[in-house]
Parts: sequence; C-alpha cells; structure tokens
Amino acid sequence: MSIGSASLDPACGPDRGLNADALRADARRESRGLLALLSPGLLLVFAVIIVPIGWLFWLSLFDETGQLSAANYARFFERASYIKTFVTTFKVAFVVTGACVLFGYPLAYMLSQLPRRAASICLIFVILPFWTSVLVRTYAWLVILQRKGLVNSWLIDLGVISQPLPLANNFAGVVIGMTHIMLPFLVLPLYASMKTIDVDCLRAGMNLGASPAATFRQIFFPLSLPGLASGVVIVFVLCLGFFVTPALMGGGKVIMWAMRMEQTTSLYSNWGAGAALGVVLLAVTLALLGFFQWLLGARATGVWSQR
Amino acid sequence: MTKRLCIQGLAAAGLLASVAVPASAADTITVASWGGTYQEAQTKAFFDPTAKDLGITIKQDTTNGLDDVRLQVSGNAVKWDITELGADECARGSKEGLFEKLDYNVIDKSGINPKLVHDDWVGISYTSVVLIYRTDVFGDKGPKTWADFWDVEKFPGRRALSGSQATETLSVAALAKGIPIDKVYPVDIDGALQSVDKVRGHIDAWWTSGAQAMQLVKDGEVDMASIWNGRAGTLRKEGAPVSFSFDQGVLTADCMVIPKGSKNKDVAMKALARFVSPDLQANLPLYVDNGPANEKAFETGKIPQDRIKDINSAPENVKKQVLQDPAFWRDTLVEATEKFNNLIQQ
Repeated sequence: MSIGSASLDPACGPDRGLNADALRADARRESRGLLALLSPGLLLVFAVIIVPIGWLFWLSLFDETGQLSAANYARFFERASYIKTFVTTFKVAFVVTGACVLFGYPLAYMLSQLPRRAASICLIFVILPFWTSVLVRTYAWLVILQRKGLVNSWLIDLGVISQPLPLANNFAGVVIGMTHIMLPFLVLPLYASMKTIDVDCLRAGMNLGASPAATFRQIFFPLSLPGLASGVVIVFVLCLGFFVTPALMGGGKVIMWAMRMEQTTSLYSNWGAGAALGVVLLAVTLALLGFFQWLLGARATGVWSQR
Repeated sequence: MTKRLCIQGLAAAGLLASVAVPASAADTITVASWGGTYQEAQTKAFFDPTAKDLGITIKQDTTNGLDDVRLQVSGNAVKWDITELGADECARGSKEGLFEKLDYNVIDKSGINPKLVHDDWVGISYTSVVLIYRTDVFGDKGPKTWADFWDVEKFPGRRALSGSQATETLSVAALAKGIPIDKVYPVDIDGALQSVDKVRGHIDAWWTSGAQAMQLVKDGEVDMASIWNGRAGTLRKEGAPVSFSFDQGVLTADCMVIPKGSKNKDVAMKALARFVSPDLQANLPLYVDNGPANEKAFETGKIPQDRIKDINSAPENVKKQVLQDPAFWRDTLVEATEKFNNLIQQ
C-alpha cells in the first residue's frame, strides 16, 4: 500500500545504486514473463467477456434494415414504459437488497456466534433452499401468498383480517419471493467474513471497559463491513437481472428489465433492439458498482488500515 | 398456443433434447412444437401415424416461437425441418424470408381456410381465446360477453387478461366496445387501446403463459379471465367450478413452416402434407381441445358427434367467434404491442 509514498523517497530515492538499471531491467523482464504466463487467462477473458459484450454493443447500433442507427436507444425515450420498467428494476433491487441486509445480517451474526456444530446445522437450512430450483420455490411462494393461499386463509380463519391481503401478483409478492431467493447470497459471504474476525479484538474491547453493544458497534460491525459489502453487491447485481420470480409473482404488473428484454427480443426482428437494453443495463450497473466501490470499499478499507 | 416465457417449455426442451436419438438416416426429420399436452396430442394424431406411413423417423423438439426460428436461420444452424408457430408469427417470418416455399403439388390445401394457405406457411390447428368465470362466485349468471367482463359494477370481482398476447387482448377489447364479431378486423388499434385503458385499473393479473392463466383461475386468484380453450377445457375436466363458451371467442390459428435451410426439405414436405390431410387432422380433437385447421376433418366421420360441439373450429362454433387475421398483425404487431405494453406497464 505505501510503496512509493513520500516518506520512503528521501531514504532511497536520490541514492541510486550502481545496479539500479540492471535491477529495473530485471523487473521489467519479470513482469513481461508474468504477463506471458497470464496470457492464456487474458485470452480467455477476452474471448468470453470482451468479444461478446463488444458484439452486443455493436449489434445494438443497427436497426431492422441493417442500417447504422440510434433507433434502438431512441425507443427508451419515446415510450414511457421503458423508463418505468428501468425504475421498477432498480426499485425492486434496492428493496430486496435492503430486506436481505435486514434479515441476513442478524442471521449471519447468530451463525458466527454459535458453536461450530450448531452453526453447521443451521447453515444447512440456509444452503438447502439455495440448492432447490428457483422455479419450485417461486411456485411455493405463490401457493403460500395468493388470495386463497395459506397465509390469507389462516389469517381469515383466525379472524385477524376479513379481506385477504394482496400478497401475490404485485410488488409485495415479488419482493418476498426474491428476498427468499437472494438471502443465501448475502448470508454466505457475510458469515465467511464474520468468522475471520479475531475474537481477541472483541475481548480486548470488553477488557478496556466497552459494553457488549459498544464492542459490537465499534469493533465487530466495522470489521464485518467488507463481507457485507460483497454480499450487498452480489445480491444487488443478481436482482437487476432477475427474471423468473418477478415474471411469476408480479402478475404482469411488476415488469423488470430482463422481462422487457425477453419481450423486445421476441418482438423485433433485429437483435439490436434487445441488445440495446442489455447495453443500457450493463452501463448503469457498472456505474453503480463504481459508486458502491467508492462508498463501501473506501469505508471498508479505511477500517482495515486503522487496525 | 404461441407461448413465450415457457419456462416449462425450456425445461421440456432440455428433456426432449436429451432423450432424442442422434441424427443419422436421411429419412429422419425433426419437428418442433409447443410441448406439453398439446404436443403429446400431436404426437398421437400426426407424428406417429406419419412416421409409420412414410417409413421415416420423426424426432421432436419444443419451440418458444419465431425468435427460435430466426436464431437458427440467421445463425445458419437450422436443426428443425418443420416447426409450429402462431399464425401471426408465420406471417411475420414470411415477410422476413425465414421459411422455405411450400409445394402445393405435394400438400393438398383443399379444406383449409385460404387465409391460412400461403407460399411458405400453412395452418395446422386452432386455439380460441375464451371468457372463463368461476361458478362458485357467479353461479350461472357470470359474465357472458366481453362487455360484461369490462363492466366492473355489474360484475365485481378479480380479473385477469393476457399481457403477453397483445393481439388477443386487443381483439377482445374491441369486442368489449360492442363491435360485432365480423367487424373486429381490421382492428382499430387506438380504439382497442382506449378500451383496454378503461379496464386496466381493474385487472389483477396480466398473464404471460397458458399455465399461469390456468393457475390463476384454478386457485381462485381471479374470478374471471381470458384463457385459451385448451386450458379452459382442462380446468373443466379437472372438476374446477368454471364456465366458458365459444361465444365471442377469438379464434387464432397455428401454422407450420419449413425453416429456410432445412436439410430434409423434401421429406419434411411429404410429412407436412400428411399432417394437414383431413384423415390425420381428424385425429387431433380426439386427444386435445384444439380444433383441426382442415374443415374436411369433420367429414371423415372419425370425430364423434357429441365431441364436435366442444371443438373450437367446428363450423357451428366458428360462426360465434372472431377469426384473428394474421396478415393484419404481420404489419401492425410491433407497433401495437409496443403501445399495448406501454399502456399496461404504466
């Protein structure tokens, strides 16, 4: 981190040894060698990521007749529903990510504090649904949440409500279904990072007279932030491209970007129409990731350097 | 049955693909359809008898519609020799030049509605969009016409319409305005959209697949809906408390095509000729509620008299329905669907 920082320069900067040039040449040779070793990996990344995305971008610039045009992008502004869909997508992603943090953080914390055996058993309950088909879980939620589903019939039988609650085929249904599916993606990285937090740090804090709450707030929570950040980013990005759950739980009233892409791809005879949607989502997602990096990454690394 | 979003379809495609025998003999053709009970019925009605008659092997696959064909043709990787599509998709694909020309010296077109006989596609069967309602909610006094469906005061209750098939929903919206069935086409799209606008605030779900429409009605999530007659028939067979009729139904055709670049074009042509022959067409309603595209099927005597009233393309039922015009949607679908999506997604 601190190589090349001002404090080191006076010591070794001006005083160049006789072998400085040779050393530099050696270093250059070594980095060339490393680059050569890396090249198969770089080629693979180029072939499977850069080329297809470039192609996607390229396709998005052509209209039905094969002419270079901005028609595929102009569509976003001509039709209000594209903007609406885009906003809905991010709204769902934010709400679901928030709900995952709300449920996932206490869960991961509990798991990290449990004795190893109990923690492994509890982890099974996190991972088991993770292995079950998304389609199956979504249909299960539909059975539970719909008008004559389990939740509504129980609540009505118990006399809590007289009219069924609107839980399926709307925004609430999508959020509930997606939160359930996304939760493991937050809990697992968060749990892994919480397990690496040195218990001695917490003990030291207590020894110095901090209350358990203060220890959590001032020591545990900041140390768990990098794990939380990676969990949040994974969940958020997965949400942006989600299809199955909003398609089934939204009742056609919660249209997310991936659903719109599917509609557009089957509607237009040129791939560019769908490609443009992909490009826009990719660009906005990258911009947001950059923002997250700046916001969470800086804070998280700040914590580490304070150690 | 032009069903996109077929997650089940995709799963079935994977399953069928893995079961399928690797290609070898020249006399093997691959036919793609919508999967599910419909394709099972087609297997018994069309594919198995044809394979036996011609001494060929017919492999099967499932399709999601026109974009699959487009992908295969534009990618020069045509793996199907015959595929089923919705008639509006056939009309659009034809305009894009995605299909081989059909040889009507081999295929006998007599008995098929001329609107469904074209240079490069031919009708194969019919699906109807019908109005279904739950009898446990309305008794036998449920909504009978689309105007009733639109009348939220006289018929309070939860409603579902198709959100994925703009052509069908716009057709019923036109009927809801009181337009007589023979005047619906050409559809006044802006008028139909205004009609949709009136009811959209009362729609509790916009379904995107046949299975979803069925589930919404079956589980009582909605009290009335537009639904494909095959799905409606299944609900009735399962004993769900529902009622529907072909009055004011929207009759939509399915068609078959030979994708451009098919390697077994000649054998496919002979097979397709068999599929649309009155003899095999008459088999279809024995297994499924989708009616034959060839009217002569009703003259073969194969279809039991008491079954005819349940078949959407029986002459007496055709009279009660609007026949969806594929040529109209060929030219207007993209714009109309964009406007429709724009309206219902607000």
